[in-house]
Amino acid sequence: MASLVIHDLHVSIGDRPIIKNLSLTVNSGEVHAIMGPNGTGKSTLAKVIAGHPDYTVTGGDVLLDGRSVLEQEADERARAGLFLAFQYPSEIPGVSIANFLRAAVQARLPEGEEIDATAYYKRLYAKMDLLKIERKFTSRAVNEGFSGGEKKRCEILQMAMLEPKMAVMDETDSGLDIDALRIVSDGVNALRGPGLGVLMITHYQRLLNHIVPDFVHVMYDGRIVKSGDKSLALDLESRGYDWVKQELAALPA
Amino acid sequence: MKSLTDSGSAATVENPIAGIDQTKGDFTYDVAYEFDAGTGLSERTIDYISSVKKEADWIRAFRRQALQVFQSKPMPTHWATRDLENIDFDRIRYYLASGQKPKRTWDEVPEDIKRTFERLGIPEQERKFLAGVEAQFDSEAAYSNIKEIVAKQGVIFVNSTEGLREHPDLFRRWFGKVIPTGDNKFSALNSAVFSGGSFIYVPPGVKVAQPLQAYFRINAENFGQFERTLIIADEGSEVTYMEGCTAPKFSTATLHSAVVELVALKGAKIQYITVQNWANNVFNLVTKRGLAHAEAEIKWIDCNIGSRLTMKYPGVVLKGRKARGEVISIALANDGQHQDTGAKMIHAADETTSNVVSKSISVGQGRATYRGQVHIPKRLRGCRNNTECDALLINTNSRTDTYPAITVRGDRNSIQHEASVSKVSEDMIFYMQQRGLSEGQAMSLAVNGFINDLARQFPMEYSVELKRLIDLEMEGSVG
Repeated sequence: MASLVIHDLHVSIGDRPIIKNLSLTVNSGEVHAIMGPNGTGKSTLAKVIAGHPDYTVTGGDVLLDGRSVLEQEADERARAGLFLAFQYPSEIPGVSIANFLRAAVQARLPEGEEIDATAYYKRLYAKMDLLKIERKFTSRAVNEGFSGGEKKRCEILQMAMLEPKMAVMDETDSGLDIDALRIVSDGVNALRGPGLGVLMITHYQRLLNHIVPDFVHVMYDGRIVKSGDKSLALDLESRGYDWVKQELAALPA
Repeated sequence: MKSLTDSGSAATVENPIAGIDQTKGDFTYDVAYEFDAGTGLSERTIDYISSVKKEADWIRAFRRQALQVFQSKPMPTHWATRDLENIDFDRIRYYLASGQKPKRTWDEVPEDIKRTFERLGIPEQERKFLAGVEAQFDSEAAYSNIKEIVAKQGVIFVNSTEGLREHPDLFRRWFGKVIPTGDNKFSALNSAVFSGGSFIYVPPGVKVAQPLQAYFRINAENFGQFERTLIIADEGSEVTYMEGCTAPKFSTATLHSAVVELVALKGAKIQYITVQNWANNVFNLVTKRGLAHAEAEIKWIDCNIGSRLTMKYPGVVLKGRKARGEVISIALANDGQHQDTGAKMIHAADETTSNVVSKSISVGQGRATYRGQVHIPKRLRGCRNNTECDALLINTNSRTDTYPAITVRGDRNSIQHEASVSKVSEDMIFYMQQRGLSEGQAMSLAVNGFINDLARQFPMEYSVELKRLIDLEMEGSVG
């Protein structure tokens, strides 16, 4: 049973605080959604969890399986089982998806151990079949010239191959049309299970029609201001984020 | 007295191709040289070389005249780096050898020299995938052999000393014709003191299926290696030649200055592959040019990873109608290195085509320079040139310069030129790290991706090792 615990987290870029006292726990088997208006710190949260060097944690902690990850480099966190599906995945010219994933899988092996190429391709093809991805897809260079939908499918395929304990999905629905959204959501749903915890970050409710969350949190001004089950997402959809803002304003300071 | 001085870290012996992994070449054995021209360069040096090689009078005269040209030409520092001024010609040893006749079997090669090549894996490669091998140790080839089946087709593959002695007419007909003595200061130097290098002749219509390989090894300190290679592919023939090189890293500078001339007669194809991995105290100043007759094709695949300073601009003179010339080059400049490379395409007949693709990577304080020359005179028609130069910078203090000189006259020819400079972005590195790759692994993957389309043109054994070497170089480049 794995867990991702975010505890009283404070984060700044330079002198500007972005995340202010945020706490959240995701256990394996659970899907959490974080919703909120633009500019509220959602993507910052995703990058901080993954270890992006541009952000400074000024307080609190992030723990994977009870162990703080804040002193770890991004690659150590990844190898410990943390995966980030990027909102804007980078292109890696000249490196095929198959070779990239192979390097990533190799990086997880003990030093001196060589990847078994036959077993690797067998597993890759099985995952591609599961996600209904054509074979020729993985001979293309990572994200180079990809459509929005292809980029997100590439992220999901990587997630499937790397089998993380915790996946943070940053605006996975952005830039997708309805068909692409369905394909990507089907992929995530296929990977859902007792061994995987998911933290989905999204601006829109529509993703949650496809990937139904166990918990929904509303983020505003760097904090979680409201938590509930999937019905909270529907409330937000019908009443908008202003409703949350007004509620907050009514609270005593 | 023949003690082993191992100046490098543990060498990886399972490496299938020597000449790429630099740690592998960084060792030296003490060798007792029978022939030593001493330090410094004068007519006496040249007479010594000519005498021990028992050369004909015309070649002795050729060398003497070349020495005068060398001495009269200034260093080209009006356009090239001033680092050239650090070469001390008086301190260099111009000829060192244990004998002038290479052995035909590895068993006959003296033990102190043989173990160097065994450590570099040369005999093993020969068995695996080569049609012939020449192994040069300082000034002379210690071993030279060609598979019987290839020799039976009339293919000649010997060193230049043997070529001069045993095939004087063929040799003399083309020698110095593609690159005249006075082409530049260093071609003149080579013409004065050349020794070793390959002489290859492929008869009409013969297609040599496996590559011929030469391996150049510098073993001695303060030494200058001046090999001279001449390859003649007769009408309709095909040959691939590969060269590799290593030297131990001494505290003093070493000079390597080769001249390579290729002649592709009508419809012939020559592919010349270089993987240059000199230790980074070597001045590597090389002149390479091919002459392509009608419908012939000359392709240079040139990879520069080692040396302190490399200046090398492989060229093709497209002499006959529909001749084709190509230069594919990869340069990696790390701290303390300057890779000054490029290509020359001289169109001299109608419907000739040339293609130049150059990729350079600058790491840390490393500096990469591209110099290109494309010349298409007005009287020609139907000529085409394509030039692409891409530079990748790894750190903000890396440096790259591009000096393309394209002269196209008349309106019946076409050229295309593209250049780009890119940096490995922090976002890209973070993305790869998030997948579990260390920063160094991420860097080398980015670099390998950058050169991937060119690396695929190398024979498989080389491209695998190229990747390995880049991994090694990049691991040390991140702090």
